[in-house]
This record gives sequence, structure tokens and C-alpha cells, in this order.
Amino acid sequence: MKNKSWGEKIWPIVPILASLGFGASLLVMFGASPGESFSAMWEGAFGNQANTLSVVAFWIPLLLSSAGLLTTFTAGLWNIGIEGQIIMGSIAASWIALKLEGPIFLLITLEILVAMIAGALWAGFVGILKTRGGVHEIFSGLALNNLAIILTNYLISGPWQPPEGGTFRGTAPFQDAALLPRFAESRFAPISLVFVIIAVGVVFVTLRGTSWGLKLKALGKNPRSAFLLGVSSEREAILSLMFCGGLAGLAGAVRVLSWFDSLRQSISGGIGFLALLVVMLASYRILWVPLIAFFFSAVLNGSITLQLRTQLHSSLGGILTAVMVLFVLLFGQGKVLGIGKTKKPPGLDADIPESGR
Amino acid sequence: MNESELIRIFSSIILQAAPLMIAVCGETITERAGVVNLSLDGTMLMSAMTGFVVALNTGSVWWGFLAAAGVGAFFAFIVSFSSIRLRQSQVAVGFVLTLLGDDLSAFLGQNYTRIPGPVVKFLPIPILGDIPILGPLFFDHDIVVYFAFALVGVTWWWLFRTQPGLHLRGTGERPEAAFARGVNVNRVRYLYTLVGGALVGIAGAAYSLDIKVGWAEGYTRGLGWIALAIVIFGGWSPIRGALGAILFGATKALATILQRTFPEVSVVAFNAIPWILMILVLLVVGSESIERIILLMPRTLQRPLRRILRAAPPMALGTTFGEK
Repeated sequence: MKNKSWGEKIWPIVPILASLGFGASLLVMFGASPGESFSAMWEGAFGNQANTLSVVAFWIPLLLSSAGLLTTFTAGLWNIGIEGQIIMGSIAASWIALKLEGPIFLLITLEILVAMIAGALWAGFVGILKTRGGVHEIFSGLALNNLAIILTNYLISGPWQPPEGGTFRGTAPFQDAALLPRFAESRFAPISLVFVIIAVGVVFVTLRGTSWGLKLKALGKNPRSAFLLGVSSEREAILSLMFCGGLAGLAGAVRVLSWFDSLRQSISGGIGFLALLVVMLASYRILWVPLIAFFFSAVLNGSITLQLRTQLHSSLGGILTAVMVLFVLLFGQGKVLGIGKTKKPPGLDADIPESGR
Repeated sequence: MNESELIRIFSSIILQAAPLMIAVCGETITERAGVVNLSLDGTMLMSAMTGFVVALNTGSVWWGFLAAAGVGAFFAFIVSFSSIRLRQSQVAVGFVLTLLGDDLSAFLGQNYTRIPGPVVKFLPIPILGDIPILGPLFFDHDIVVYFAFALVGVTWWWLFRTQPGLHLRGTGERPEAAFARGVNVNRVRYLYTLVGGALVGIAGAAYSLDIKVGWAEGYTRGLGWIALAIVIFGGWSPIRGALGAILFGATKALATILQRTFPEVSVVAFNAIPWILMILVLLVVGSESIERIILLMPRTLQRPLRRILRAAPPMALGTTFGEK
């Protein structure tokens, strides 16, 4: 392996510095001190045990979703509908939690199973609309996201409203036996760490070591020649979407069963879109995904503390992550600055919306 | 429901559809040149916020529209530059810009939420406005509506009846052939992506300065995606696109009427209509089975039906051109 130049070594921190610089100038514009603000964010993320545990608890569903997206990106698909798949997972898990009673292990197994099925079916819908209906996955996914949000609002303001009356905020808290056991009063459930390790492991092995992973890669790189070589592009596209949807559904279950204790209005918290950013920033390499997801989780949790402390809008966290990804997309190849490199997305060279071919 | 009430409803549909028509025209021009600007949702939020803030501080809606057009063109520039110069995926960059525009507009506009601001002046047209029915429908509005309708006409004429329009379409259909005819493909793409982006920016400001005056976080969220879907439904034609925008406005008006008629049905159910419609409409445009249904129709109906319902994107849409 050839020695990396000095420029290549420091390259990974350049986008971080760029987005911090952009964020700092925004803060100055609003009369806040960047130093104080960023240290407030740091404290919000790692200032005490509770905050750090929150970062971990937010990181787990984010990582689950990101891992799922690796399979759809490999197959050359833009699963923007992941947000809706997470929400459907949340709704399905809430359904079990609200309607059934039983021992904790049975309830949790059922919740997770049903959540994964719901996410997978919602994603399968995107797949069928694409392969059979000629509707590009971006548009069907987006419409299905909004429908999932509307369904949530309907449920919490109607059939599932708390006994004391609908508040449009959420359902009543679930029974204890329906929740994932949480660590020391925090939102972090240790068992979810097991889920995420299994999920990332399965995605890693699937993409690296199975013939299905190879088929997805072929499909992503060149759908036409993959088809000629006998890869059923329709089947693999639907399956990869459903695989991703299953993991997204699991992420949704973790959201309702450990981050919250009930179904809420904005149940996903934008995790699906954030996961898309994570995978793009990781340049579609799985080993970087957990690290970047953790970093994003820290930034977003920190920005909530920033809002509490300075009254500035917490969207700063979202701005920082998006600028980082934009910077890497624009200059990541290093052609412009002469340093660094990123891989192209495996299957996204020809990203033509083929609705109405 | 009497006649005057019906006219009032249709007139409000036209008003509601106007900004979408402008955005659809902008994106149609961009996509006809072969570039997908997927950032519409974020661009519209950013330009709605910018337009409102600038108009409030300068006291003039015109500066607001100008600033909004600038923001739209800037976002479009990022998309075209990253595609043409840096060879990055237009979808990836557009999607990131969508998210960035959403968050950035929420942050930058945080001190301007839910306050009154300047409004585009009502400007009925004297003689034409007196025509029965048509007058109140089309000539009893403000400049945004007149601009939207004029833009649809001009865009159609430019695309299909002029030499530069032919070059524009050639760039999106067969860039190599256009290049062989002496068209500077990438320059044409830059130009029309910027023009399209500026129009999307104007559409965003049309919301915050005219249709529902003001600003709040996520003020126009979702409308950019609706506009992108209408471009497809419109078969990349400004006139069909304008019809799509009006149809969308009509379904929203219908939902409001239904809501009043059936108050016992939950409000949220009506919110679902646009998104279900979006999927159905794209199915009609893209699905193979619709083709089979059309083939069952009488021969004479087949061609007009295909013209109204089906569409194919510009062949070089989303690709890059040239060696570098």
C-alpha cells in the first residue's frame, strides 16, 4: 500500500472543519458566540452520563436504518421511503404494545417481528410500484412517508388517543412489559445494542459474502447486463427494499419502545433522512457507517441542548450534517482541491427518474 | 351552491395553482435540458423565507422576489456545477440540498415567524375583468397569477417554437447530436438550470408574499415534491404541467369542501388525498398496464389518450456530457 500524503491524511477532518466554519458564521450572524455554542453542543452530547446515553440511544435506530440503506444503495435504489418504513415499524410495534398483554419476552418478540414485517411491506410497496408501475422509488417513497405520518396523526388523535382525551401529541404510555428494559433511567435499552450488532453483521456478510449480495451489486452497477446474466432485477430490487424496510421497521420499534414509551407525532425524528446522509457521507462503505452515525447522533443531540441554552433553533444540527455531506459530495473526490477521494455510489451513475419511460 | 360561489371557488383554485405553475415551468425547463434539480422542496423553503425577510426589511415585494430568484438560481447552480463539472450524482446533491434548505430556512428565518409582512398588490385588469365568468376567474387577481399564465405560454413557445428552444430540447434528448450541430451542451445546461432554479425561487416567494403571506418553519414543505411529480405528470410540457397544477389545486379545494360536508370524518383523512393522488397519477403516466388498457380502446382514441396520459422523460435526463 502506498504511503498517504499529508493532504490525504488530514482529508477526513476537512469537511468537519468546513461545516463547523459554516455553522460558526451562522452563529455569529445571530449574535451568538461560536465557541460557547459549540461547547454547549459538546456538553449536550457528552456532558454527563445521561446525555451520552441519549446519544447512544439515538445512534442505534440511526445505525439500523443506515445498515438497511446499504443494501438498497448497493442495488442502485434511492430508498427515500425509509422514513415511512420506520414510522410503520413504530405503528406496528405500538399496536402490539397497546392491544396485547403477556410476558415481556413474548410481547417484545412479537413487537419486533410485527414492526419488521410492517417496515418490509411498506418498502415492498415501493418496490412493486417501481417494478410493476413504473413509478420512481423517490416519488412513491416520499408519498408513502407522508401517508405514514398522516396515519400516525390519525391514530393518536383518533382510535389510539389516551383515555383522558386526544392531545395530538401521542398515545398513552405503554405497559411496562411492552417496553425494552432500559439502562438506568435513560432512553438506552442495552438489548437494542445486540440488535444493531446482529444487523450490521448480517448486512456486512450479505453484501461481502453471499451470492445475493453479488447480485445486488451487479444490479446496481448495470441493471441491463445483470438482467441479461440472469439476475431477476425486479425480484432483487423488491427484496433489497424489503430487507431495508425490515431493518427500518426494527429501528421504528426501538424508537417507540426505548426512546419514547408511546407512539408520538414525529416518531421517527428524521432518522430516515439522516441515515441517507450517513450512508452518503460514508461513501457507501459499511465500516465507516457506525462511526459517522455516532457522530451525527452526537451533533443532533448537542443541538437540542444548544436550543435550550441559547434559544437558537435546533435545526443547526441538521445544517451541520447536511453541509458536511454536501461538502464531501462536491469536493470529496479531491479533484478540485487535489487531495482526498471518495467512491462513487455503486449503482447511481445513471440516476434517471424513469417514471413514464 | 350558486354561480358566484362556484366562480369564487374556481378563482381561488387558480390563485392556489399559480405558484406551482411557476415552479413546474422552472423544473420543466431544467429537466428538458437534461438536468434533474431534485432540490425543489428545499429551494422553495429557502426562497420563501428569503423573499419574506428581504421584502419585510426593504418594504418592497420586488426586492423579495429578486432575492428569492437569486437563492433559487444559487441552489440550481450547486446542482449543475456538481453534475457538469464534478460529475456527481444530481439526485444525491439535490437530495442533500433539499434537507439543507429545510433546516437552513428554519434557522435563518427563526426571528421572522408568524409576523405580518408586505403583500403583493391586488391588480384586477380593467376591461378584461368585466367579461362574465372568465373575467373574475382569470383577470381579477394579482401579478403573480398573470405572470404564471404568461410564463406557461412563453415557456411552451420558447421550447417548441424557437431555435434556442430546439437546442435546449436537443441538449436533453441527444446531447451528442446537439453538440455536433454546434451547441455548447454544458453551457446550455448551466443556463437553463439557473433560469429554472430562479423560477422555482420566485414560486417559493409567491407563497410567502402572496398566497399565504408570512413565514414559519416548514412553510411550504412538501410542495416542492408535488411540483416535481407534476412535472412528470405534465409529460415535461409546460401546458400539461399547468393543467396538473390546476388539477392539484382543485383536489385541495374539493378536500376543503368535502371536509365541510362531512365534518365527522377526521381532518387527517383529507390530508392524505394529495399523496394518494401523487402515486395514482404517476402510475397512470408510467405503468405498463395502462398501456394495455389504452390498446383496448378504439383506435381513434388511442393517440389522444396517450398524449394526455402517457409521457417519456427527455432521453438524456440525469446524465452528464463530455469527457472531463
